[in-house]
Amino acid sequence: MSGSRKSTGATKWRWNMIEQQVPAVPAVSTLRHKDLLGIADLTPDEILLILDTAEAMREIGYRPIKKVPTLRGKTVVNLFFENSTRTRTSFEIAEKRLSADTLNIAAATSSVSKGETLVDTALNLEAMAPDMIVLRHASSGACHLLSRICRAGIINAGDGMHEHPTQALLDAFTIREHKKRIAGLKVAIVGDLLHSRVLRSNVQLLTKLGADVWVSGPPTLMPPGIEREGVRPTTNVEEAVDGADVVMLLRVQLERMQGTFFPSLREYFAVFGMTRERLKLAKSDVIIMHPGPMNRGVEIASEVADGPYSVILEQVANGVAVRMAVLYLLAGAEHEAAA
Amino acid sequence: MPVVMDADRMGRTLTRIAHEILERNRGIENVALVGIRTRGVIIARRLAHSLHHITGEPVPTGALDITLYRDDLMRHPVGPQPLVRKTEIPFSIDNQKILLVDDVLYTGRTIRAALDALIDFGRPKEIQLIVLVDRGHRELPIKADYVGKNVPTSLKESVHVRLTEIDGSDEVAVEHD
Repeated sequence: MSGSRKSTGATKWRWNMIEQQVPAVPAVSTLRHKDLLGIADLTPDEILLILDTAEAMREIGYRPIKKVPTLRGKTVVNLFFENSTRTRTSFEIAEKRLSADTLNIAAATSSVSKGETLVDTALNLEAMAPDMIVLRHASSGACHLLSRICRAGIINAGDGMHEHPTQALLDAFTIREHKKRIAGLKVAIVGDLLHSRVLRSNVQLLTKLGADVWVSGPPTLMPPGIEREGVRPTTNVEEAVDGADVVMLLRVQLERMQGTFFPSLREYFAVFGMTRERLKLAKSDVIIMHPGPMNRGVEIASEVADGPYSVILEQVANGVAVRMAVLYLLAGAEHEAAA
Repeated sequence: MPVVMDADRMGRTLTRIAHEILERNRGIENVALVGIRTRGVIIARRLAHSLHHITGEPVPTGALDITLYRDDLMRHPVGPQPLVRKTEIPFSIDNQKILLVDDVLYTGRTIRAALDALIDFGRPKEIQLIVLVDRGHRELPIKADYVGKNVPTSLKESVHVRLTEIDGSDEVAVEHD
């Protein structure tokens, strides 16, 4: 406090630090479902509620004691049938910061490797009465299946080539933080569109909030009928990046590719790779995003990934706050459903 | 709808509390205000203004949202999850005298949650409680150090604190439900 004894203006700088205005009350204050299966089920108001709640949750990560007692006594199972570092760790940190009891089940160490089906695994877990199950599975629709047979709330942490809703939410959170809005922004999504659940969730979310979404990639990796989703497809990456506010790159998912979709990784990089040269077409304050894991030198040049426009690590940091918001809101929604 | 405190009286009450703070703490060294969202923050801000006016020195002021610490969370049979707002305490509370500010003191459960929340930010030297209205009916052993006005109420009544910044005017009214 010493050194700030000016008699005028002193109250002003101090109060600018905390929200002067009472924030507007969001249009909705709760989610309607016990599950988060995809962005497709959310209304724009619900998306904004999650983002606003994440704003409040983020502050907890800056405290000396990064924990609140909110989900004390709740059990959350992280059921991962596919490899994951970021998403699983991020969910686990989010659960722990809310004081939930967490347990992690990875397919490799579970009875799945002994031939148990997803439904049987889920029913056995259900018998131990968890409150929420965070599921990642290689099959599209696995979360929908579980949501019909489980009382526990199901959170989709990526199902096959379908959706990855929390990734899209954290992307939107990161975009909103930098651009203060989402409506009217030009967002270019470039990469392996066909195999990407991140694409499907992001397209849903960004179009619901009014962004101008362009998608670009090789014609062989362009999902049929993508133009019906309200986006502008182009195989010319320069056209997509031209004047973009946000450039989001998607990983070339070699593990999901059966057959040849393009001649070589080298050629892919030459035609679609995000280089500093290509990026010059975008707005001067463009942000570069990538859901990870990155293939440097394939969809993104290292100099871009580590460059000044990159917000890739911020995305990871924001993931925790967004997942805390989702866990908190769903924990409340679940009670409504039970009553 | 009897008004138990009008704008004039509220102004004088807050000035009086500001003087009581100075008297009890012998100045405002190491004193910081933390308001409980939503109306406690406005009252804390006004007290900070008064203290600044009297002493010429600024008082650090923060905002606390207690939603995540509520004891009735997840116990609702039905009803929306309460909205979480941002907690903003832009200073260290270690070894500070923290003046916790709320509009109405009722069961004491909000204050219990606020104490838990504050302790997660550090170890204050002391926490004192300021409320504009004490309406009684405590369910926890909690007592305010500074009270604007004691308003005896029945459980069927509700106390409404209106503040210009949010509600357009300053007043405290008791309404029968």
